[in-house]
Amino acid sequence: MKTISFNRIVVAVRELCMRAACGLPPDVLDGLKSALRAEQSPQGKAALAHCIDNAAIAASERVPICQDTGVAVFFVTVGSECSLTGGALSDAINEGCRRGYRDGYLRSSIVNDPLFDRKNTGDNTPALIHYDLVEGDTLTITLLPKGGGSENMSALRMLKPADGKDGIVDFVVETVANAGGNPCPPVIVGVGIGGTADTASLLAKRALLRKIGSHHPEPRYRELEEEILRKVNTTGNGPQGLGGLVTALAVHVETFPCHIASLPVAVNLNCHAARRATIEL
Amino acid sequence: MCSLTIPVASSEILSLENGEQVLLTGKLYTARDAAHKRLIELIDTNNPPPVDLKGQFLYYTGPTPPKPGEVIGSAGPTTSSRMDGYTPKLIAASGLRGIIGKGNRGFAVIEALKKHGCVYFAATGGAGALLGKCVTKARVVCYEDLGPEAIYELEVVDFPAVVAIDVRGGNMYVDGPEEWRERRVGGRG
Repeated sequence: MKTISFNRIVVAVRELCMRAACGLPPDVLDGLKSALRAEQSPQGKAALAHCIDNAAIAASERVPICQDTGVAVFFVTVGSECSLTGGALSDAINEGCRRGYRDGYLRSSIVNDPLFDRKNTGDNTPALIHYDLVEGDTLTITLLPKGGGSENMSALRMLKPADGKDGIVDFVVETVANAGGNPCPPVIVGVGIGGTADTASLLAKRALLRKIGSHHPEPRYRELEEEILRKVNTTGNGPQGLGGLVTALAVHVETFPCHIASLPVAVNLNCHAARRATIEL
Repeated sequence: MCSLTIPVASSEILSLENGEQVLLTGKLYTARDAAHKRLIELIDTNNPPPVDLKGQFLYYTGPTPPKPGEVIGSAGPTTSSRMDGYTPKLIAASGLRGIIGKGNRGFAVIEALKKHGCVYFAATGGAGALLGKCVTKARVVCYEDLGPEAIYELEVVDFPAVVAIDVRGGNMYVDGPEEWRERRVGGRG
């Protein structure tokens, strides 16, 4: 049994928040560089060059890549051999988030009540935390700081099983096409297929954690990812939606079994400032 | 690439064409969702606005806080369409000459831009570190209680933007995708 203290988690999450906000993952930066080589529209090239320069400035000056430092979405796997002492895990993560956003000069983007009060909580909490219980003695915490612009373009559709692959492709391409410049293209398209309405949405979000260049392990779904990417990149939306060839950097599909009557499909888009960071304790 | 100094002369505003890349220098006022709500409440109740926006440029951004010794943190554009319900009234009441954000605008906004001679610019979303570097001065003008949603007065130098919707209603969010969609289909892309 491994013992992990409340304070150790707080310190780790604080660092994680600051690291995620300022450092673009290398696979995303490579994706942007490939996009710049492929892009032909002048406005699209200019925007992609801005994004690449922006990543360098953010990394060297430790300033956030984007002013929308996001809602802090955590994916946590807790090994069965981990013993957590000193307080609840969710409280430790929220405290780490609070300190990380404050000490890292990150933006507080959370309001206390969604409809009536809408008062900024001032410390970017509460975080949104998803847990998985697994074997082993490792506690893994991944942060996906998720911007509002891309999150607002999410979509869920409960398709009929008869709609099949074409129904899914049409729905995803339509969602990305209609999003225009709002989600800050070139985007990463997360697609969750199966489960129930809520699990499909979570699968789509989880799909954003995958590295650009990774593929679904099953060839049929890998081909689906490639087909959707090809079609998304013929919408003409391009970088920032101002016209161009590269609307998406990647399409990631995640799947789960589902009810005989259902074919749930969720789309979660991530902006090109696709930040994520992981820590293992 | 053309450089524009704010305030921009009316003749220059009229001559801007969608798709043109520009560098903006001068004063920008920030406002996003919550500040818009308050500004419109003032207009609706015939109260004076806390800042005179006549001839000025509005920038939809909610920056990160500055580190000690810095002017501002990251300061890129937010999605403009959330302000669409407020924008026609704000343009008509204030005499704004320019708005900077990201993403397409609704029909009523485009009609207001045309009627009142205001240009809508797009800045690169997700490039807040780079755009923040163009800001040489920043101060809160009002609504400090809104935190990142307060109205700031920024001084910017060579702030890069694209003319997204010009005063004739020419719209890069329509023309751009149309042009490139055809190129792909035609195999010229």
